[in-house]
Amino acid sequence: MALAFDEYGRPFIILKEQEQKTRLRGIEAQKANISAGKAVARILQTSLGPKGMDKMLQSPDGDVTITNDGATILEQMDVDNQIAKLMVELSRSQDYEIGDGTTGVVVMAGALLEQAERLLERGIHPIRIAEGYEMASRIAVEHLEHIAQKFDFGPTNVEPLVQTCMTTLSSKIVNRCKRPLAEISVKAVLSVADLERKDVNLDLIKVEGKVGGKLEDTELIYGITVDKDMSHPQMPKQIQDAKIAILTCPFEPPKPKTKHKVDIDTVEKFQTLRQQEQKYFDDMVQKCKDVGATLVICQWGFDDEANHLLMHRNLPAVRWVGGVELELIAIATGGRIVPRFQELTPEKLGRAGLVREKSFGTTKDKMLYIEHCANSRAVTIFIRGGNKMMIEETKRSIHDALCVARNLIRNNSIVYGGGSAEISCSIAVEAAADKYPGVEQYAIRAFADALDSVPMALAENSGLQPIETLSAVKSQQIEENNPHFGIDCNDVGTNDDMREQNVFETLIGKQQQILLATQVVKMILKIDDVISPSDY
Amino acid sequence: MAIEKIFKDDASEEKGERARMASFVGAIAITDLVKTTLGPKGMDKILQSTGRGHGVTVTNDGATILKSLHIDNPAAKVLIDISKVQDDEVGDGTTSVVVLAGELLREAEKLVAAKIHPMTIISGYRMAAECARNALLQRVADNKGSAEKFRSDLMKIAMTTLSSKILSQDKVYFAQLAVDAVMRLKGSTNLEAIQIIKKPGGSLRDSFLDEGFILDKKIGLGQPKRIENAKILVANTAMDTDKVKIYGARVRVDSMSKVAEIEGAEKEKMREKVQKIIAHGINCFVNRQLIYNFPEELFADAGVLAIEHADFDGIERLALVTGGEIASTFDNPESVKLGHCDLIEEIMIGEDKLIHFSGVEMGQACTIVLRGASHHVLDEAERSLHDALCVLSQTVNDTRVLFGGGWPEMVMAKEVDELARKTPGKKSHAIEAFSRALVAIPTIIADNAGLDSADLVAQLRAAHHKEGCNAGIDVISGSVGDMADLGISESFKVKQAVLLSATEAAEMILRVDEIITCAPRQREDRM
Repeated sequence: MALAFDEYGRPFIILKEQEQKTRLRGIEAQKANISAGKAVARILQTSLGPKGMDKMLQSPDGDVTITNDGATILEQMDVDNQIAKLMVELSRSQDYEIGDGTTGVVVMAGALLEQAERLLERGIHPIRIAEGYEMASRIAVEHLEHIAQKFDFGPTNVEPLVQTCMTTLSSKIVNRCKRPLAEISVKAVLSVADLERKDVNLDLIKVEGKVGGKLEDTELIYGITVDKDMSHPQMPKQIQDAKIAILTCPFEPPKPKTKHKVDIDTVEKFQTLRQQEQKYFDDMVQKCKDVGATLVICQWGFDDEANHLLMHRNLPAVRWVGGVELELIAIATGGRIVPRFQELTPEKLGRAGLVREKSFGTTKDKMLYIEHCANSRAVTIFIRGGNKMMIEETKRSIHDALCVARNLIRNNSIVYGGGSAEISCSIAVEAAADKYPGVEQYAIRAFADALDSVPMALAENSGLQPIETLSAVKSQQIEENNPHFGIDCNDVGTNDDMREQNVFETLIGKQQQILLATQVVKMILKIDDVISPSDY
Repeated sequence: MAIEKIFKDDASEEKGERARMASFVGAIAITDLVKTTLGPKGMDKILQSTGRGHGVTVTNDGATILKSLHIDNPAAKVLIDISKVQDDEVGDGTTSVVVLAGELLREAEKLVAAKIHPMTIISGYRMAAECARNALLQRVADNKGSAEKFRSDLMKIAMTTLSSKILSQDKVYFAQLAVDAVMRLKGSTNLEAIQIIKKPGGSLRDSFLDEGFILDKKIGLGQPKRIENAKILVANTAMDTDKVKIYGARVRVDSMSKVAEIEGAEKEKMREKVQKIIAHGINCFVNRQLIYNFPEELFADAGVLAIEHADFDGIERLALVTGGEIASTFDNPESVKLGHCDLIEEIMIGEDKLIHFSGVEMGQACTIVLRGASHHVLDEAERSLHDALCVLSQTVNDTRVLFGGGWPEMVMAKEVDELARKTPGKKSHAIEAFSRALVAIPTIIADNAGLDSADLVAQLRAAHHKEGCNAGIDVISGSVGDMADLGISESFKVKQAVLLSATEAAEMILRVDEIITCAPRQREDRM
């Protein structure tokens, strides 16, 4: 191991406590890393595509998650291997950047690693492989831009957006009602989108779920739902044209930050203090009433007395509303969050057309709907479903669909799905490979082969003959010079033109997949020494 | 070179066939566990908790049984979850939903063994579920128009629900009770307004529905035991020592006499408060919080009945029935709405004294007093009644009604079979399997009743081949009977929820091809 000797033959210690560490070097290390990466990719491979299967994950606390979303699977998988962790990171960064294609990116990276292993066996230096991959990825990304198509949509023509979201949703368990869900997602994104700046703030879309009912009952609410009820059971359950005071101060006597004591030493003081206290409550409520508020939403709790006073003055109130929700309410209703009663003014009130309380099922579950807001830029997607896992999975699917719609608004270029983009890139990279002198040529060709693995997995998951189908589609693409042929996963018919089947994916999503996968693979290939502490 | 392990220690991974096997086995085990409780002749289970005291529960309610099980199999957990949701959402059919999901998986297992891809099975199931739902929709009866018919529908539903429970002996009586209670709610689904008081002693038949409201509290000492034409103030306020709420206030005195003075002032304050309360012109005061002896004495002096410690739900219900508002400040007596009732009196049930409010104004809440031989009987009776109440309150909102006794399953199965014949491709196997799973439910009902299920179900199937037939299993006589004549009905909403949740759950489990179990979190063993 790492030992060096001085001129007297005594050993220098370079690695601290090296006996207790395991160490892998050179080709051994690379192969171990590659095999770990491949193992992770193999787990996800079967989840790819509309006929992909789900994974059931049991957390350390025994909770069950059933999902098809690559990022979620990897996150919950509890991996220990360092390289496997890198793959998890990879999928997570795709999730953060794009939101969709988290499975594809890992499968792609796995395929690249597999090809690299073969090249390593032939004695090609890892750095040369990495460089070749880099070049190839540039070619692929450029090619994608070349085959990408812009499509126009506007507030009136949302069909293309809906179609793209449907492609995303079709691989999830919710594909039973992908059309309505896709429409909901698109409507939600469009209502919060800033089409001028081409930006969408997804924070304005709240995704809420409640078990019970059926998936078809999922609805889009132009407003906010809060999982709270009125602070007093006898307050009105429905308010028309509400003027909402949004408070972050409690309906309680003030608690100054500096430490203080109020000493009571005479009976008079005791009595004045009491009167002051009562006046204080009265003032608070009166102030809200004076500015014309018809609903008070407060981040903190109320004293019993204040609660009754509010109810008495016919001022409905909601307490213990979380900070995030408070912010959303403020955005939606166009109100301002008021930190002190003294600062309440009529202009700072938010407005909503309708506020109502709705109860669910046989248990005493109540939710508050704030609808028809002054500024309908904050929306809520309210998911219903048969069980908890279903709701969670639907939430994740909707998140993916929202991200896709957002990406399209940012950049309206699309490529066609069903593996057609990968196949087309593979052809382009293969063709370009011959022009490169030197060893990189092999790596570039390997990259082309790796690109094929995604459509291959798609075909395999759909119960088709992978190699046969792939070669058929590939030859068709070259023959007709049409990059839109892909794998016919849905068993629609013999015509594999993805343009006709309306299978779209976003350009940035695809590009990002290729770039991220290449980056991670490069990083893994450059590792030639793994030092890890032994277990015991 | 060997693949290094990528998971942490103790984490396990099961793939493909083995994963599917594990889910099937888990789900079917759960189904077999609860299926004997299905139907009017279903048996109960005894559950013994591992906690202190080893409390025993005897029940027939699927949700209760499954809730108490400690399960490690993830697929089984999905089934337990759907049963729980069914309980929360519609209240009944908690066993049926699990049994149907389990039967669907059992059929799926055979199909998988016959090399049909799970995705094909899923798409077949989906088509079948849609078709089954439409079949039900076509045959549904809706008596919303006529109040009388609707009431009889409700009676039938309540009786059908109760017939599988411990209350089946007195089902007519309890069905009447439940229907009355639900009708009082006037369309609200807030079952909190129906209070169930359990008092051991007597027999189940001694249970009764009280028009008014019963509060499980005693009347303070020296206060009137009977008030006619009561004006009630419902309050939530501190009646012990009224704390100074301004932060940081404290009493600092330098002599004993000052202490006495302040104490006097405090007393004076309380006296004032009581005076204010009395100034409302009330003769009954109900508080959520504690009432100390001193104010209680003051109330007694004024001839006001003071009830302390009414729990939160109690207060809300009381406010609902009497129409008063829950007050916490007492400065404006003229604008506080007081509650009214004709008579407040102390009554005895068994050997407990309770306060009874009768002749209430609003009447949106009511109380059911359950009597029975033991705690277990009472607990189970409460659960059964709860199921009935849930179903009824849901039916009031969605008035569509179906027949029971395996009739809906046969109707669905027939339509689904029809669909299977028309569908080309492998999916038709799955659709056929769906119909078999549906038929399994009447089969189990018959089996549980000790009848010849094969024969009965065959007869039933034949009977259903005629248009507009109302045949179902008559468990009592052990033959095929006309459900319309027998008056066995079920709520459409419950059946639909059973069908959809079960299909959804089965689909979810079928889609899984890999189970990854994380290492259980290390807990400190406190035992």
